[in-house]
Amino acid sequence: MPLSAYLSLAAVLFSIGLFGVITRRNTVGILLGVELMLNAVNINFVAFSRFHGTALGMIFTLFAICITVAEIALGLALVILLFRMRRTSTADHIDWLKG
Amino acid sequence: MNGEVLAFWVLAVGLVGSALNVVLSKNLFHSVLWLAAALVGTAGIFIALDAEFLGAVQVLLYAGGVITVVVFAIVVTERLVGERLSQTSRRILGGAVVAAGVLAMVLNVIRRAGIDMPRPEMTADITKWMGISLLTQFLLPFELLGVLLLAGLLAATYFARPEE
Repeated sequence: MPLSAYLSLAAVLFSIGLFGVITRRNTVGILLGVELMLNAVNINFVAFSRFHGTALGMIFTLFAICITVAEIALGLALVILLFRMRRTSTADHIDWLKG
Repeated sequence: MNGEVLAFWVLAVGLVGSALNVVLSKNLFHSVLWLAAALVGTAGIFIALDAEFLGAVQVLLYAGGVITVVVFAIVVTERLVGERLSQTSRRILGGAVVAAGVLAMVLNVIRRAGIDMPRPEMTADITKWMGISLLTQFLLPFELLGVLLLAGLLAATYFARPEE
C-alpha cells in the first residue's frame, strides 16, 4: 500500500476521535476520544518512519505510547477525584471556575 | 492482490468500524471494549509496517494496561451512584461538521503533497536497531521517561487515595 493510504486511514481515525471529544458528555468518554486521536498520530509516525527507511519515528512512537499511558492514568485519577468531590462524571457539571 | 493490500483493507475496515462504535455507542462499557478492538487493530497496522516490537508494546500497554484502568475507573465512578452505564452525546451536528472539516482538510493536504514514494526494502532488523539506539543515542530521554512514569504513578496514587 502507498504511504498516502496509511496517512488517510490515520486522518479518518483522528476525525472520529475528534468527533468523540466534541460530542461526549461523560469525562471517561472524552478520554476515550483523546486515546483514538493519539493512536491515529502514532500510525502516522510509524508509516512515515517505515517509508523513510529509518526507525527514528518508531522510537518516537514508543515514547508517545508511554507518555499516553501516564496521561490516561492521571486523567482517570482526576476523574475519580472529581467524582468523589462532585458525585458526577459529566463534564458539564464540573463548572467551579464559571464566574 | 497481495497479502499486504488485503491485510491493510481488512485492518482499515475493522479499525474505522470499531472507532465509530467507540464514539457512537450508548453504553460506556461497550465503548471501552470497542476501543480495545481499535487498539489491537492498530497493533496489526504496526505489524503490517514491519514494526513488530511496537505492535507488541501496543497490545501489552494499551489493550492490556489502559483498558484495565479505564474499566476500573468506570466501575468506581458509575456503579456508586446506581446510574446506568449509558451516556448521552450533545452537539452531534456541530461535532460532525468540525470532524468532517478537519478530515477534508487533512485528506486534501495528503492528496496534494505528492509523497507516494516506493516502500524501501528492509535493510536491518528494526527491533534490534531500536534496542541498541534506546540505550545509546536516546539514553537520556529513555531515563527521563522512567522518571516521568514514576512521577505519574505517584501523582495518580495521591489523587485517588482513600478518603480520610
